[in-house]
Amino acid sequence: MLNIKKLKVKVEEKEILKGVDLEIKSGEVVALMGPNGSGKSSLANALIGNPKYEVTSGEILFEGKSILEMKPEERAKLGILMSFQYPLAIPGVTVRELLLTSLRGRGLTVSALDLKNQIAKEGEKLHIEPAMLNRSLNEGFSGGEKKKFEILQMRVLRPKLLVLDEVDSGLDIDALALIATNVKEMVEETRMSVLVITHYQRLLKYLEPDKVVILKTGEVVDEGGREIVDKLEVEGYKSYE
Amino acid sequence: MSNAQDNNKLLEDKAYPLGYTDKVEYSFTSDKGLNEELVRKISSLKEEPEWMLEIRLKALKKYREMPMPAWGGDLSPIDFEDIHYYVRPKTQDAKSWEDVPEAIKNTFEKIGVPEAEREMLAGVKGQYDSEVVYGSLKKALAEKGVIFLSMDEGLKQYPEIVKEHFGKVIPMGDNKLAALNTAVWSGGSFVYVPKNVDVGLPLQAYFRINTENAGQFERTLIIAEEGSKMHYIEGCSAPAFSSASLHAAVVEIYVKKKAKVQYSTVQNWFKNVYNLVTKRARVEEDAEMRWVDGNLGSKLTMKYPSCVLVGRRAHGEVLSIAWAGEGQHQDTGAKMIHLAPETTSQIISKSISKNGGRATYRGIVHMVPGAWGSRSKVVCDALILDEKSRSDTYPVNKIQENDVVLEHEATVSRVSEEQLLYLQSRGITADEASTMIVNGFMEPVVKEIPLEYAVEMNRLVELEMEGSVG
Repeated sequence: MLNIKKLKVKVEEKEILKGVDLEIKSGEVVALMGPNGSGKSSLANALIGNPKYEVTSGEILFEGKSILEMKPEERAKLGILMSFQYPLAIPGVTVRELLLTSLRGRGLTVSALDLKNQIAKEGEKLHIEPAMLNRSLNEGFSGGEKKKFEILQMRVLRPKLLVLDEVDSGLDIDALALIATNVKEMVEETRMSVLVITHYQRLLKYLEPDKVVILKTGEVVDEGGREIVDKLEVEGYKSYE
Repeated sequence: MSNAQDNNKLLEDKAYPLGYTDKVEYSFTSDKGLNEELVRKISSLKEEPEWMLEIRLKALKKYREMPMPAWGGDLSPIDFEDIHYYVRPKTQDAKSWEDVPEAIKNTFEKIGVPEAEREMLAGVKGQYDSEVVYGSLKKALAEKGVIFLSMDEGLKQYPEIVKEHFGKVIPMGDNKLAALNTAVWSGGSFVYVPKNVDVGLPLQAYFRINTENAGQFERTLIIAEEGSKMHYIEGCSAPAFSSASLHAAVVEIYVKKKAKVQYSTVQNWFKNVYNLVTKRARVEEDAEMRWVDGNLGSKLTMKYPSCVLVGRRAHGEVLSIAWAGEGQHQDTGAKMIHLAPETTSQIISKSISKNGGRATYRGIVHMVPGAWGSRSKVVCDALILDEKSRSDTYPVNKIQENDVVLEHEATVSRVSEEQLLYLQSRGITADEASTMIVNGFMEPVVKEIPLEYAVEMNRLVELEMEGSVG
């Protein structure tokens, strides 16, 4: 599904990623962990095509094809979706309008009414107040509401690869469990792949990653199974110093 | 009036779909320029009573004495000697659609006027250059005593009502352009809504300038009697001529006790029209006046819809959007004059400037001694789409009473790269994304205007935003 090879990324002339390799198979949940400033979010941003993150060498292959020359919207149309750490407010635009434009932009024929009903149903599953669906997206939303709306978008857009960038920041334990359940369901239903970026262990208790990758100062320093999470719980990132 | 290169650029403007000219026959086109003889000629062609001619002549004198406004936009390119002040199409005020000449019919068909009339309007007026060429009103409303006529016809049929109200809310000496309008006015609407009558569906007027170098000086008078309710909508457009036209209208509204009036404008003049309009409502006890004002077109617009809140608990509102594109200056705003206790007002002004366009908010909230318990809220939001463009805010608060509340908020924003990236990461192209952000910004005002106009406004934004993100 996703194959990142020797990726080097610069932000404002500073090298952040120094040759990262990462592979995610279809239906696989991969956790990317590491201390603050290790380059986790830079990897996610390079993946979705944020123009501020300049890829200086290496390769990103999605379903075998290089996506490095593609614009963010083209990558989205291939099936890459990121749940933002800080989702942006779009005044005057509801989640319905956003999703309708997004789906129609993919050349799909979508009835506004069907979509409305689908969003209402998915919203209910995520315990989103129905009235919130009529509001401007993310405007005045709490941290938890913003993250739930990111997952709502995932349910409707059905990506092949979901990137969860620090989805656990600002979430209470109930909301966290709810989001994890929704993501796991999608993995089972559609064999969606997931890249979970976090520096806390608690989300991974719910999401049960197949693989854990540790990033430190722009390099992969460890890779393995869930046992790495347990080790981190005890020792922290000190063991990688 | 502007150089040839600019004009060619303007004429190719694909974002202005209303820029065609129609071959219309005219029975009278005045020579360029303005003099007393012409004012007398207009009045006699209209077979007006002597008192109206006197008002016109007095206003002409005022117009000559008064200075041009030195503030606001640049009025110096207007050559007042190069304008046809009166242009009379051969047909006048047809009562049925069949009687309207083919060329004019085509224009209104393109704009969608008769369609809209069939579906969702209570009455329609169409004005071509100086005269109203078509008008209708639903029978049921006429039976209830609602009057919806061209101003000329209103003066003929109801001279007493006109005499009592004409030039009282906006006196001829209010400003130079109001004086000019009073001297040479022609067309516009005369609306009278009797006590406790709810007009229900909107009344609509459509104004079109179709002659090069023509001035359009329509005059509208609306009287909403006690407890009545009405919504008036106006739209405007002009062909893509290479030299400038002038539109200087005056709109006077009486909102009597407990009456409710909404006046909505979607102004889409071609980008070399000077649009200098005076609009004011006199709002009595427990009455409500709401101006919804969309300014998309014109080269320069100077327009500040006003409410004079004369009765206790009177309420005034202005919701406005200004779009300033290349070569455009939208100098718009609102005036709220609180003259009675417990009066309330709200001004929401949104502007978007792009490609070197300039948007200015200019407004005043005045609370006189004795207007205790009054409240006003002013919100000015500006969206600037590039470095070349400009937005200014000039709010004036004149508060002469202690026991009042005044809130003022102003924001200036840009479409952020982060917002664009967020939408792009959902599969939306950069162009679509910025259109979406702009439409979202306008949404609080657009949702207050009827759907067909809202769709039109969103479509115009789409055309303007095409290829705007490099």
